[in-house]
Order: sequence, then C-alpha cells, then structure tokens
Amino acid sequence: MSKTLYEKIFDAHTIVEKDDDYLLYIDRHLIHEVTSPQAFAGLEEKNRKVRRPDRTFATMDHSISTRSLALDACGPENHKQLRTLAQNCEKHGITLYDVGHKKQGIVHVMGPELGLILPGMTVVCGDSHTATHGAFGALAFGIGTSQVEHVFATQTLKQPRAKTMRITIEGELLDGITSKDIVLAIIGEIGHAGATGYVIEYAGSAIRSLSMEARMTICNMSIEGGAKAGLIAPDDITMDYLKGRDYAPKGQDWEEATRYWQSLYSDDDAVFDAEVVLKAEDIEPQVTWGTNPGQVIGVNTPVPNPDDFNDSVTKTSAVNALDYMGLEPGQLLTETPVSHVFIGSCTNSRIEDLRAAAVVAKQGKVSSSVTAIVVPGSVQVKQQAEQESLDKIFIEAGFEWRLPGCSMCLGMNDDLLKEGDRCASTSNRNFEGRQGRGARTHLVSPAMAAAAALKGKFADIRAFQE
Amino acid sequence: MTAEAQGFKAQTGTVCPLDQANVDTDQIIPKQFLTSVSRKGFGKHLFFDWRYNKGEPLTVNNDFVLNFPQHQGATVLLTRENFGCGSSREHAPWALTDYGFKVIIATSFADIFYGNCINNQLLPVKLSDEQIQVLFDAVAASSSVEITVDLQAQTVSCNEHEFAFEIGDAHKFTLISGLDSIGQTLLDEEKITQFEHARQTWQ
Repeated sequence: MSKTLYEKIFDAHTIVEKDDDYLLYIDRHLIHEVTSPQAFAGLEEKNRKVRRPDRTFATMDHSISTRSLALDACGPENHKQLRTLAQNCEKHGITLYDVGHKKQGIVHVMGPELGLILPGMTVVCGDSHTATHGAFGALAFGIGTSQVEHVFATQTLKQPRAKTMRITIEGELLDGITSKDIVLAIIGEIGHAGATGYVIEYAGSAIRSLSMEARMTICNMSIEGGAKAGLIAPDDITMDYLKGRDYAPKGQDWEEATRYWQSLYSDDDAVFDAEVVLKAEDIEPQVTWGTNPGQVIGVNTPVPNPDDFNDSVTKTSAVNALDYMGLEPGQLLTETPVSHVFIGSCTNSRIEDLRAAAVVAKQGKVSSSVTAIVVPGSVQVKQQAEQESLDKIFIEAGFEWRLPGCSMCLGMNDDLLKEGDRCASTSNRNFEGRQGRGARTHLVSPAMAAAAALKGKFADIRAFQE
Repeated sequence: MTAEAQGFKAQTGTVCPLDQANVDTDQIIPKQFLTSVSRKGFGKHLFFDWRYNKGEPLTVNNDFVLNFPQHQGATVLLTRENFGCGSSREHAPWALTDYGFKVIIATSFADIFYGNCINNQLLPVKLSDEQIQVLFDAVAASSSVEITVDLQAQTVSCNEHEFAFEIGDAHKFTLISGLDSIGQTLLDEEKITQFEHARQTWQ
C-alpha cells in the first residue's frame, strides 16, 4: 500500500497499537531548563529512571542571559532553574550543553548542528518549535511536561494518527524572498489554526531548492499554522549537511543509513487528507500586522480593515489585534516606525540568517530611533559569524552583538520590550505580550528586520539587494 | 498525573464565558511565571496580563470576565476556536486546574494543549460554532446557569439543550480511569525492549 512520508515514519516506530492510540518509539529526546524540572521531579516521586539517557540531550537556552555567561545573571529564579537542569542531567547521566560549552545553543539550532537529528527519526522536546527538525525528514513534535516524563521513563509516547496535508510550492522565488516569507505566506493562506490535527509535508521545486537552514525555518513555524509537525523528504542537500557532523553515522553505518534514508519519501500515489498549492513567484516580503502569525500581509499591502473579513470571529480578532498593535485599517507598514529590531530565535538565528541580515546591515546605519540586537542561535553560529567578520558589520552599523539564547523571542531573560515598543522580529510568535507586556511584535525575515533597523520603519527588502 | 488521581466522571458547574478566539498559552500563563520548577501555584497567575492592571502595586482588572463577581467559582470555561495555541507549556493546564476549572468548552483546541489537558484531568470539549453560541447565549441570559458535562455519556447539557461531543477512546480512558499513564505503558515494557534490540546502531 502506498504511504506518505509521515505514515512511513509513524509505522516504523509503532510498538503497540491500541484502539485509536499508538505507542511510538522515540529516537531522540531534547530537553531544556523550562519544561523538564517537573518531569524529573515526577520520575523521582515514583523512583523511576531515565530509560535511555544516551538518547536524551540537554541544553540551556530559554532562561539565560545574552550579556553574561553567569547563570545567576537573570536573577535567582532563573538561576535555580538552570542549576536544577544541571543537577538532573548529572544525576541521570544525560549529556548537557550548558552555558559556556563551545557547542551550547538554542535547542533547535544546536540539535541539527551536532547531527543529532537524522532522517526517519522520531524526535520530541518539551517545546512547540520541535517541528524544526522535520526539515531532515524526521517526525518531530513538541510535547508537554507529563509527556517529557513519559519519554524519560519509557522512551515512548502514546499518539493518535494525525491527518496529512501536503503543501506544494512550485516555481522560483523572487529576489529577496526567503523561507521565512514562504512560511508566513503559507500561514496567511491556511490560517493560524488551518493545519490543526495535521502533519504537513512541504513539497515542490521551491522547497527542494532550499538549503537545510532555510528548510528548518519553514518546518519550525509549522506549529504556527496549528500543525503537529512539518516534514521535508530528505535528499542530497540533507545528506551533504549531515555528513561528518558529531553524531551523524560514520563509515559503514553511514552507507547503511543513507540507503535507508533514500526510501523516505511519500509514494507517488500516496493520498493526503488535504492539499495546498502556492506559486513561489506570488510570494512577497511578508510582515505580520496582528497578534497571531496568520495575520500577515505583503510589506506594501495596506493593513486590512476588519470589515473585510466575513465571519464574526475573524472580524473580532482583527479589531482586537489592531487595537493592541496600535494600527489603523489602510495604514502602510512602510510608513510605520519601529523602535526595536530583534534578529534571533530558533526560527532565524543560523549562519545563513545572519549573513542575509549582514548584507543589508553593511548598507547603512541603524536608525537613531531604533535599538537593534543580533542574538546568534548557538556558540558555533557565533564563532562562524565572527570568523566571517559579520559581528563587525553589525556592530559597525549600530546593532548589539549578543551571546546565544532564546532571548527576546519570549523574554524569559532580561531581553524584554516595554509597553508600546514596536519590534521587527525574526522570531515566530507575535502574540500579545510575547516580547513584553504591551509590546508590539511584527514577524519578518532577517533581511527585512535589518532593513527595518536601518530605515526606522518597515521597508521592502527588494530595495536593498546588492 | 499521579496514580492517586481521581478519575474524571461527570461535572456540573457554573460558567466563565471568555468570548475570544485564538487564546494562546502565553495569555493563559505568561513567561515570567515559567521559571518555577514546581507544578503547583500557577492559578493565581492565570490570564495574568488580562486579569491584572499594569503597574505596581497589582490591582485587579474589573473589566476582565474572570473577575466578574457573577463568575466566581466557575468550573467550566467557555471559549472559541483554537484555544491553547502556541507554546507547549504544560503550565497552562496547571494554571487552569489550579484556578479551579474542570472543563473547557471550545470550538477547537491546539493539539499539544489538548494532550496536556488530558494528562491533567482537565476535560477539553469540542462543540460546533452553533452549539457554542447557544451556551454563550444561555450564560448571557443567566450567569448562574449550570452546565453538566458527562464524560461517560459524552454529553454537555445546559437548560433544555443536550449536545453530544467526540473524544478519542484512549483519551477518554485516561481521564476516566485516572491511572498513571507511565505505569500503563510499562505493562508493555517487554515489547519496548524487543523494539530497541531490533534498532540499528545508527538509528
């Protein structure tokens, strides 16, 4: 019987099938400080152990400072959480990439860098952006803390089967359009909850032509369309990325693994529960105007009027969003001043993201009315950027160059905005209060964020291309 | 969930009507409370940015529905589509249950949040737009109206209305039995071990 890629991976990991629930084996479990402490405590209450510490990898990313390597730099609560992770990893024999480690980073940047994520794997983490790893053709999804505890104790998870959605993007992208614009355009098309209950497979020539880092950006934001996971079938680009990485198979194992990986694609006659098709050349530079990622427009499109929406719930959401965002219907974002720019997060903090932002940054200076920070996704990204002198370009232009971490994507450290601040952000969520109570977040690509920093308002990146 | 947890049966209670779509987990429990290493004590921070006014000292926002006197003691939260979207933080159901909610009725839920509810004995009930509207209207007509949710029968009743709702068998079993989910899985430990032995070294 023909199968989708999702079904192939799902079936290959099913241990027990009961009613509508399947017990799935989990190949990789990534953990961080925020969603693991209660799971470790739950284990200990029951006198249970971590079944496979060798399949479990930890990092510190959410609660850490981007100005200091000191664990107590963001106050006693954060410090306690970080120390708790270190103690738990020590006790249970889990490899931890802690602050100061030369390979530490945001969990979804670090994991792929280390070669921890391989095609055909099941990957979970107590973090909704685990979908990132679907870029490798791995079934990767975020879980709650009770499930983290379940994976600790059993190396399995109970899961129902998801529906399947294929999103096909054919054609060639216009100059200056990045994978961030693609995924924002997709969410704008299907809606903030349009893929709830589905696993998305991204396909088509525009997807196939993307680098691994660009694919990670797309899969990362699958959750913002409501999807359980996003997948891209592995190909030569995937193999080239993985070869030689720390945890990637070597020698004979590599040969065997790659033979298996080549079987990981949706069969030609596989049937998806839903199909969405977009033309690459229709995608413009995207900017969100509202308080969920589905409220998004092309940079030159006027802010919509709530009256233009048909159903009352969408209309009410738009009214509330415009009120929170301090925007008027018909307003142009290219005329809207920004006070802050954040380049970072598990969506857009990899080396290619920083290179794209630097191309723009070297064309001018950060506007005097803007505070702009660049937060690399990992120590390895930071070092690579410094080898390429990108840090100098950013600093010269007036950006701050920080230490790796989740930072202002969610502000669990001191990288927080104030009420009324307006931020062009390369992160993944424009929810109310996400970057600080009363702060206004607009999601954009790294190049668009850098352009906004220079202009002091949103700008069409196509005017900045070299 | 612990082995001592009581299984979910039927629940009757008054309703807090939160008439908003896409309520994300950042709203349910904002980031500044996620540094705790405990599962307890999140109820007082539930819907923090909506529930309390800006600035110090902390004062209650009397315009937010959770603070209306007639909705104190509500055990059913009535809301709209895509409730619990965004972050996977289980702190969201911890905050909702600690506050006192037993049931959330919405048009739809985000996937991870839905699973987190099941693992915390918080019943997520999906009804149609029209049925949800009937319930909003009933609460608007009388704030003391009670809703009864019978999980065994999979029904929601309010005044003369009775609506059936869908829930997966496995989720229903988890809620009703109140059994330790890990303990249940470990009944299959031998099969897990066999599966592990069949893995390749690079898998």
